Amino acid sequence: MEKRSDYVLWFEECDLNSIPLVGGKNASLGELLKAQIPVPPGFAVTTKAYTLFLEQGGIKKDIFKLLKEIKANDMDSGEAASKTIRAMIENTEVCDDLQDYIGEFYRRLSKRCNVPAVPAAVRSSATAEDLPGASFAGQQDTFLWIRGMDGILTHVKKCWSSLFTSRAIYYRAKMGFPHEAVEISVGVQKMANAWVAGVMFTLNPATGDRATVAIDANWGFGESVVSGECTPDNFLVNKITDEVIRKTVSHKTILYTREPVSHSVIKQTVPAERSDIQCVVDKDVIELAKIGKRIEKHYGKAMDIEWAIDKDTPGQAKIMILQSRPETVWSDKKIEPVMEARSSALEHICAGLLAGRRINP
Amino acid sequence: MADKSFPNPHEIEAIPGTEGWERMYPYHYLFTTKDKERETYENNMFWFNDALHYPEPMYPFDIIWDEAWFLALSQFNTRIFMIPPVYGVDHRIINGNVYITPVPVTDPEEVQKRVPLFMERAGYYFENWDKLQANWEKKMRGIISDLEALEITKLPAMEDISVVKNGLGTSSGYELIKNYDKLIDLGIRCWQYHFEFLNLGYASYVIFVDFCTKAFPDIPLQKITQMVAGIDVLLYRPDDELKKLAKLAVEFNLTDQIGKDGKDVKDVMASLQGSENGKKWITAWDGAKNPWFNISTGTGWYHQDISWNDNLNIPMSSVRIYIEKIKGGHNIDRPMDAVKEERKRLITEYRGLLKTDEDRKTFDQLHGTAELVFPYVENHMFYVEHWFHSVFWNKMREVAAIMTEYKFLKGQEDIWFLSRSEIKEALWDLVTSWATGTKGYGPLHWPEEIAWRKGVYQKFKEHRPLPAYGTPPEVIAEPFTVVLWGVTNESMAAWAKLKEIGDPDKVNEIEGFAGSPGVVEGIARVCRSVEDIGQLKEGEILVAPTTSPSWAPVFQKIKGVITDVGGIMSHAAIVCREYGMPAVVGTGQSTTIIKSGMKIKLNGDTGRVYIER
Repeated sequence: MEKRSDYVLWFEECDLNSIPLVGGKNASLGELLKAQIPVPPGFAVTTKAYTLFLEQGGIKKDIFKLLKEIKANDMDSGEAASKTIRAMIENTEVCDDLQDYIGEFYRRLSKRCNVPAVPAAVRSSATAEDLPGASFAGQQDTFLWIRGMDGILTHVKKCWSSLFTSRAIYYRAKMGFPHEAVEISVGVQKMANAWVAGVMFTLNPATGDRATVAIDANWGFGESVVSGECTPDNFLVNKITDEVIRKTVSHKTILYTREPVSHSVIKQTVPAERSDIQCVVDKDVIELAKIGKRIEKHYGKAMDIEWAIDKDTPGQAKIMILQSRPETVWSDKKIEPVMEARSSALEHICAGLLAGRRINP
Repeated sequence: MADKSFPNPHEIEAIPGTEGWERMYPYHYLFTTKDKERETYENNMFWFNDALHYPEPMYPFDIIWDEAWFLALSQFNTRIFMIPPVYGVDHRIINGNVYITPVPVTDPEEVQKRVPLFMERAGYYFENWDKLQANWEKKMRGIISDLEALEITKLPAMEDISVVKNGLGTSSGYELIKNYDKLIDLGIRCWQYHFEFLNLGYASYVIFVDFCTKAFPDIPLQKITQMVAGIDVLLYRPDDELKKLAKLAVEFNLTDQIGKDGKDVKDVMASLQGSENGKKWITAWDGAKNPWFNISTGTGWYHQDISWNDNLNIPMSSVRIYIEKIKGGHNIDRPMDAVKEERKRLITEYRGLLKTDEDRKTFDQLHGTAELVFPYVENHMFYVEHWFHSVFWNKMREVAAIMTEYKFLKGQEDIWFLSRSEIKEALWDLVTSWATGTKGYGPLHWPEEIAWRKGVYQKFKEHRPLPAYGTPPEVIAEPFTVVLWGVTNESMAAWAKLKEIGDPDKVNEIEGFAGSPGVVEGIARVCRSVEDIGQLKEGEILVAPTTSPSWAPVFQKIKGVITDVGGIMSHAAIVCREYGMPAVVGTGQSTTIIKSGMKIKLNGDTGRVYIER
């Protein structure tokens, strides 16, 4: 057996250099943490763990044999092979050493979150995002609200097996990419158990003002805000001074939360005593905006961010960033000068006086 | 415009018991239906109450400054700088309250003709700004020293023998008339200078504001102001002097001699005379008086706005507050470096967010000009409204003393119920009777008239003026109207709403301008004038008609400010931003609605005040 860090790595230990080992998704979570952007805690099960599993489980040979036997242009034979291979992976016991590593990290993650058997998202993280087959594997398989060691192992294996969906197999064959060369890592990440959640833009989507961070928030999970089912509280924060410059507390009617037994997400009416109060205090609004600024700096462009304030995690790290993607509406607009350029301030003053102020637009 | 209609100014009913009030004010300030052309003009204009300068009705004398700026502001727009699309600002008076309206140039050809003239004339001022401003300061100091040197002398029963031996050929009666004329002339001239740079200053500021709000639609106005505001503003100097005096008192161990509020300045000085250090401190105190203690306790616009020099217990009380702070281990200095740093950061970061080279060029041009003009915009007030006015009111009191001596007035403070031209006429009555050796007519006329005027004034005071009359325009180009009075679509809507507020005891939310950001909750303390600040307790929220630099020490004690009058550029807003203290300004009537001891919450981000009832 080799050292622990070959098989499991905390997100904090991942960065862009570790893509071959942990895949793009896990590596980018590590990068975000390095940029002081709080993401829910978790760890990566490395590609080495995946290859170790195939070898120790004694299924590697069989898998590649089955793949070789697939007839080109015969969808059905690919389908059958995919089924068999995936069943083989999912039914093979994970070797003890690997079980110990993953189990120990899962236990420590639960402890970190102060939640026994912490619910987690288990998702695949491919090493070669630019390959279509690989990106299929990387994108499709995310399992939410997974609890307990058995559940985690089962779903890690499901992520591994997702390398062999018939579509992934078909694409690799078509692109002439050897099946043996594709590896996969898996991320195990705490589910954000959102008390409050929402979206944040690092500009004002209403005005395009780039000195503003705009935050929409509602009780519970972010779904109610993303889907537009609820009028959220709205905050505008000045990026330069970190002050809340405008605040609209709305009447909030519904929220999404977790049903404690089945862990399914359910929609509820907001309790009357909470529906009209500000769901994020100013201090946290400002903290969120500061994180938004860091994300924008990290990616070098205006961003559209999903965030949550976690119920479980104690201490400072309670704000969590769940998703971020580039803002497109204002960022894609043609850039034009604010005012026509003029040779002197006096020319501007004169033009301004001539235009006057429309007071009844 | 249906939702924002304001009453016809010709349909105002007189307040019962004030009939005939019109004779208290210049005749041309009255709305009239005598002439169809003038009536139509008046109906088509938008007249708004200048509550910014006049939170109270006008005294017949105090309207002198209104007349002075009526002329000065307008002439610089219309006749001197040839501002292309605007003439001056017209004035009227209703029930003692001043209403004003900007007058546009309506003929497009005329506007175009004025453009090159404006470019030449304004251009000259901008190009020679520093030189001209230095000259301005020289003129102002000259006019103030002329004012201080002006002697209002009592009339002798017999002229001194020197009048004969020097072959003077004039009398004290003549001198009184002449010096009164000179006093008035100095006042009017001072207000001519007041506007020499102000119109261009505001125009430069407006265009910078326009640029910033176009580039950053969410930018709070206070941030734009912060980017151009000066650090060493004259209006802070009086307060800085008090801080120096407080430090000196602690250093010299004189705090026992200075004592607590209630110990009169005269007694303080007597205690200090006992030691060498005490004498040194008195020298420092006396040195600060001129010019810095000429700071007014109000805005300086009204005769009752006394200066520190008029009541030395006021600055002394502030020195005591600072002494307490120093003893408590607090740093009383203004956080100048932090303010400078913040200003620099705002400029760099906002500029950094601009997307094109053109924008950065425009920003630099406009910011540069706004920064060039701003020291004047901030500093002229100390010279005119504070220093000049404070000395001026007291010269007028010397005139009043003579009129009282001759029983034209029952008391010195009655003089404010006469207009400046009525005073001139009364002085003629007075000096001719003095010369003739007869009794003047004045004592038979003025005391009775003044008693009646006082009654009228009281009724005006009890009556809340409407914010506006007439027809709102589509476009306003006049820079003062935009910057100073903040006439916007929003403010007009707010004024329209103000009409509907009924019982002040039922109001639990008040709206004003967001003067300085932050939210704070606490106990209200209503201080109607600076003399009330002694009642303030640590951590209370100050509610005042307005504040001025002489209120500065209270900002060490309180945690928020609400004012009736003032915009984003008002003293309270500027100081609060510096101290990082929330403020809501220009609420219109907080001192009426809020009572001391009430629990209130003020939100300096949104400009709202909530009252817990």
